[in-house]
Amino acid sequence: MPIVLESLAKIVFMFLLILGMVPVLIWAERKGAAFIQDRTGPNRAAIGGVRLAGLVHPIADVLKLVFKEDVQPDARHKAMYNMAPWAAMTIAVSSYAVIPFGDFITIAGRKIPLVVADLQVGALYVLAVASLGTYGVVMGGWAANNKFTFLGGIRATAQMISYEISMGLALMGLMLVFASLRITDIVAGQGDLIFGFLPKWGVVVQPLGFVLFITAVFAETNRNPFDLPEGESEIVAGFHLEYSSLKFALFFMAEYCHMVVGAALISAFYFGGYQIPWLPRPVLEAHAGGLLTGKLIAIIIVSGIFAVLFLRRAQKERNKFGDARDREPRIGAGLWLMVAAGAAGALLLKPWHIGPQGAEMVASIAQIFAFVGKVVFFAWLFIWVRWTLPRFRYDQLMHLGWKVMLPLGLANLVVTAVVMALV
Amino acid sequence: MSFEGLPAKATGKKMTFLESIYLVEIVRGLGVTISHLVKNIFATEAMPTMQYPEEKRVYSDRFRGRHHLMQREDGTPRCVACQMCSTYCPADCITIEGAEHPDPSIEKYPASFEIDLLRCVFCGLCEEACPCDAIRLDTGIYEIAADDRAKFVVDKEFLLHNKSDGTR
Repeated sequence: MPIVLESLAKIVFMFLLILGMVPVLIWAERKGAAFIQDRTGPNRAAIGGVRLAGLVHPIADVLKLVFKEDVQPDARHKAMYNMAPWAAMTIAVSSYAVIPFGDFITIAGRKIPLVVADLQVGALYVLAVASLGTYGVVMGGWAANNKFTFLGGIRATAQMISYEISMGLALMGLMLVFASLRITDIVAGQGDLIFGFLPKWGVVVQPLGFVLFITAVFAETNRNPFDLPEGESEIVAGFHLEYSSLKFALFFMAEYCHMVVGAALISAFYFGGYQIPWLPRPVLEAHAGGLLTGKLIAIIIVSGIFAVLFLRRAQKERNKFGDARDREPRIGAGLWLMVAAGAAGALLLKPWHIGPQGAEMVASIAQIFAFVGKVVFFAWLFIWVRWTLPRFRYDQLMHLGWKVMLPLGLANLVVTAVVMALV
Repeated sequence: MSFEGLPAKATGKKMTFLESIYLVEIVRGLGVTISHLVKNIFATEAMPTMQYPEEKRVYSDRFRGRHHLMQREDGTPRCVACQMCSTYCPADCITIEGAEHPDPSIEKYPASFEIDLLRCVFCGLCEEACPCDAIRLDTGIYEIAADDRAKFVVDKEFLLHNKSDGTR
């Protein structure tokens, strides 16, 4: 029975992590795009005058989409049309089952591995689910019975077939290096050092494989520069053209869930997952007390700086708007001061004297944070690339997939195999 | 127009090897975008975006805004209902009904003077056609909104007291 509870807790944690990151990513997408293009971005929606630099907008968007009328085309295939958004969403979150988000955590004397399902063929499962991801797009495109959605679906299929192969080939090189298909093994293997100073991350041992993999992941998630299934300048909105209200919201969320999953895959396979470079688990546990103290002091300093900045703004812009928005800097300063006070209070508990159990817990949590940090960075990379690169033309996409990435993937595999056989 | 002398095909610059593998150029592009992002985070106020309802753009004095009927010293309209503006109006948005003026030195006055703001194209030809400088587009008002079509047809009283909203 405890094992069921454990798994449920881990599933809930994963789900909350993904679904919690979606609104933040939507905000980062809109605000980041705006700042990259010298605009201010969303800054209007507010709760009691507090706008959180636009973070309230995703809530407003979701509320709007939930209460909107659900307009559907007459000639749709009813069952498929209704199933497609759910299929997209379900498949987007299901590859998360095999990605380890930490090493293990000890609760009440039980050593719990921090992965929902530690499959022996985890890497194969990832590839299988990634290719299923196209089904939501294809079903939606076909069932809506519109030529543009249909084209979007066809493009998604062709793109999936072309890039799935390079993705698999890139992963095969990694599997050869770490001699396992189990993702926990691959991540654990990345904790070592090569030549005594270089972390044995996937990106270090398989640089070409990393480039191929990240390109393929961009193509799988239908993000720029590979967002041809959406291609709003050519086929209006592609596969989700005929969807509105909650169903559109689901497609939208599925895209961001895909991004989070893609970022998690990149960090698990090529950037050491939960591993902190040069700080393996035993070292982490030995210095947990000092680490925690240092972290708390850093939190106090950073939040203090933020509080001072907010107070200065509150001084300077006391009556900038003449409405509830003027309270914003004061509330922000108060929140940061509270964070600083909380950290100072934690310091009073003498965190440098934590016992071995506490040290283990601190190490586990530090590793979870390392993983989440890497995921956040790569999710931001998806957004960053989207607002930097233009979309590929269809023939360029096919050329890159079949004539460049496939031969490179094969060469990478052969070279890796030869080197592994010789060493 | 002739195309002689022009190359049959566009001759772009040939890509060097480094450019043709994209990666270096992609990283450079990422550098450009992130530099904009960082610059704008630290200098949000310097962005060219105008926070519209709070900040308003200052227009030139020649900007043609909502119409304004000029008044005589006693407050009656200067207009003599000559129909010049409504005849000249390309959008046909001015409707004037003239009536006899009690003062014998003035021939007529407008019993009603209506402008359909939804039809008006703000070309300013009425202003130019007017022989007695009775209509002007000098209010500088460009925020013309209502929740009913009928409210866009403005009458003489409205136009006589249509003043600048202070945006210029």
